[in-house]
Amino acid sequence: MSEHRHEESHVIEYGNYIFIWLGLLAFTGITVTVSGIDFGNWTIVIALFIACVKSWYVLNYFMHMKYEDKVFKLFIVTALVTFIIFLGFTFWDYSFVR
Amino acid sequence: MAKTAMPEEKVEPSYLEVSTNKYKKGILSWILSVDHKRIGIMYLFSMMAFFTVAVFFGFLIRLELIAPGRTIIDAQTYNQLFTLHGIIMIFLFIIPGLPAVFGNFFLPIMIGAKDVIFPRLNLMSWYMFVFGGLFAVASMLLPGGSADTGWMFYVPYSVRTNTNVLPALIAAFILGFSSILTGLNFITTIHRMRHPDMSWFKMPLFVWSLYATAWIQVLATPIIGITLALVGIERVLGVGIFDPALGGDPVLYQHLFWIYSHPAVYIMILPAMGVVSEIIPVFSRRSIFGYKFIAFSSLAIAFFGSLVWAHHMFTAGMSDTAQFVFSFITYVVSIPSAIKVFNWLSTMYKGSIKLDPPFLYVMSFIVQFSIGGFTGLMLGALSLNIHLQDTSFVVAHFHYVMFGGTGFGIFAAMHYWLPKMFGRMYNLKVATWAWGIVTVGYNALYMPMFIMGYLGMPRRYYDYLPQFQPYHVASTIGSWILIIGLIIMFTNLWIGMRKGPKTSMNPWGGETLEWKIQTPPILENFREVPDIHAGPYDYSKYETKKETTK
Amino acid sequence: MSSTEYAAAYPAHRDDYGSRMGMWLFLFTELILFGGLFIVYAVYRYMHQQEFHMAAQELNTTIGLTNTIALLTSSMTAAMSITAMQKGNVRFSKGLIWITIGFAFVFMVNKFFEWSAKIQHGIFPGSKDLLAKPNGEILYFGLYYVMTGLHTLHVIIGVIFFLFILRQIKQGKIHSTRYVRLENSALYWHLVDLIWIFLFPLFYLIH
Repeated sequence: MSEHRHEESHVIEYGNYIFIWLGLLAFTGITVTVSGIDFGNWTIVIALFIACVKSWYVLNYFMHMKYEDKVFKLFIVTALVTFIIFLGFTFWDYSFVR
Repeated sequence: MAKTAMPEEKVEPSYLEVSTNKYKKGILSWILSVDHKRIGIMYLFSMMAFFTVAVFFGFLIRLELIAPGRTIIDAQTYNQLFTLHGIIMIFLFIIPGLPAVFGNFFLPIMIGAKDVIFPRLNLMSWYMFVFGGLFAVASMLLPGGSADTGWMFYVPYSVRTNTNVLPALIAAFILGFSSILTGLNFITTIHRMRHPDMSWFKMPLFVWSLYATAWIQVLATPIIGITLALVGIERVLGVGIFDPALGGDPVLYQHLFWIYSHPAVYIMILPAMGVVSEIIPVFSRRSIFGYKFIAFSSLAIAFFGSLVWAHHMFTAGMSDTAQFVFSFITYVVSIPSAIKVFNWLSTMYKGSIKLDPPFLYVMSFIVQFSIGGFTGLMLGALSLNIHLQDTSFVVAHFHYVMFGGTGFGIFAAMHYWLPKMFGRMYNLKVATWAWGIVTVGYNALYMPMFIMGYLGMPRRYYDYLPQFQPYHVASTIGSWILIIGLIIMFTNLWIGMRKGPKTSMNPWGGETLEWKIQTPPILENFREVPDIHAGPYDYSKYETKKETTK
Repeated sequence: MSSTEYAAAYPAHRDDYGSRMGMWLFLFTELILFGGLFIVYAVYRYMHQQEFHMAAQELNTTIGLTNTIALLTSSMTAAMSITAMQKGNVRFSKGLIWITIGFAFVFMVNKFFEWSAKIQHGIFPGSKDLLAKPNGEILYFGLYYVMTGLHTLHVIIGVIFFLFILRQIKQGKIHSTRYVRLENSALYWHLVDLIWIFLFPLFYLIH
């Protein structure tokens, strides 16, 4: 359980960042294009899905989460689950007849 | 006891004498100090100042209610008093109470560390605490009258009233931020600063409870921050967010408010449970029963406690599905709390119990917390809730948990740890008497509220029907007894800290690390690396037969 | 107990790992802070779908898109400045931080023009034109101002962080073996970017 007191820095090359950046721009392009098409209720789902994918890349590469210890990953899952619970449980109220 | 000073090889100057900055003495050597122990003491005194004020407000509220109609103050003042009583007690006393005072002082010691990991951030949280407190005071003193919304700031009234709601909102916002920084500091400290031999399951249970608390502080407090900020923005700029006139939904405000404020109840109670788990083994001379269950039930309470907020809103007009779900989970959250109570009682079984003041306060805690918990289940039941919502039954319930539970937990912690913090012992006999008076007064104050609430006395009402008067009189007399007890208790502690007999390294015979260092502790706590081989509550030397509990 | 043993048990105060952990915990509070606003947004959008749709037509997608690209790019340069610092290329690292700050200003200038245009059209909290609109649109613009406003405040804080970092690099407090403060500031900057990734489709792309 206990984390080691280690300090190894992981150097990520410039090229990788540019690669991720291009990907993010591409996803931005897709989300703008897709928003013009009417999918009904699915529009927001698609938009949020793409936003989640983009965040995943930012988190893992720009924010180095991929190279961090397990504890950090556990932390971030805790935080996200908490937020999803806050959001989801509120909808126990709103998505049913009041 | 306490007079048999252990023959210590050498006595180094304690943290009370050694400054961490260039100011050797005086106020600056304290308010600029980054030593976790000094910061804990600073929290203690600033917190007690606010507590005194809020107790006085509570006293006035009770006095007003001794007879129907106007007794000493008018209705508007009454509304402002119960608002201030709530804001100060909750944000300035109970929430910071145990973590900021005793957590700051003892958490690093208990895990074998020199300090918290971010000492300067720690000092900054204290400044934010004081700063937030000043805003609360400002809302009292500025022209316009202090806030009269209740501590919940329910919209739309909080957007429309002309009183000083804004300073009160800012106060709560800043205090929330202070609480977040303390929580962040504690989590990182527990992960990073533990002594290499201090594995997770060798940590004292107080540390576990602080860990669970810290997570709630970090993850739930921002919600109240943004919600109160939204109310402030709505008040000042007229942005449409919660005001129904602009399309807003006041029930959404209540959701957001309770998303934080229900877990906040666990921010308040969990550390008190940790204190109880510390004190019971020491005064029973028994290893704690079910260490892991108590440790994990803290985390379970923190988790399930975050899923039950809407049980405060059953009569606010939610969907039936939501009512059902939240009522159900409310019942689930009682399980880990009950686990703790059972484990405490099992620890005492066949122990050699010593009825010193800290243990007496813990006994009151267990009884009163159980009453508070059971009435909480009554309130969590949908059908009964309709009957009891917004009556003084609710007031009695949460005072039983918050004051009878956490408040007594804080008193227990004071009697347990203050001799360590100041190196002097208070008068045990006086302390025992004070405990008796406080407990009697406390129950006389709140027990009648259960009855009259059940009979239909609404909460927060300025006036009432004559038939409720006997209960109100009993309750008000209880408040006097309680205040007399509090005065005796604090005077005794104060005199003890100043002039009491010097105490030994380990006056109670505790086994956790704070009892193995000098009294009062030296600047960086440990003269040499402590030897951590057994768990935190190893009383095997007192126990006749081999125990199977860890 | 020898002093060396003591030193081994209590390593020097510097703990980069711990600093990053503290920063992440702080980022979670920021995340939940905005999370509260996203909950409000989700509920009101659910209640007023049509009006949110109508109100979103008022926003200019091009400005939103420009800002998205500005933030994504600045996020990349911020991340690169760490690589440069790790490689000991201090000058390049500083340059990348300046570029990041530059993009932040592009973002803010854009935002400034966007808001002034809105205010000129009479759409601002409490204005007559806005109050004449249906409830859902009032809520939409209320949230628009609060959420993008709070986000811009975070952009400004991020810039202040980076200015501090530049000063500390100059003072030699941040260098190729000690750069955790740069890492933490970059983390903060990425969070600002992350939030915008969600704000952009939620406000500009409801068509």
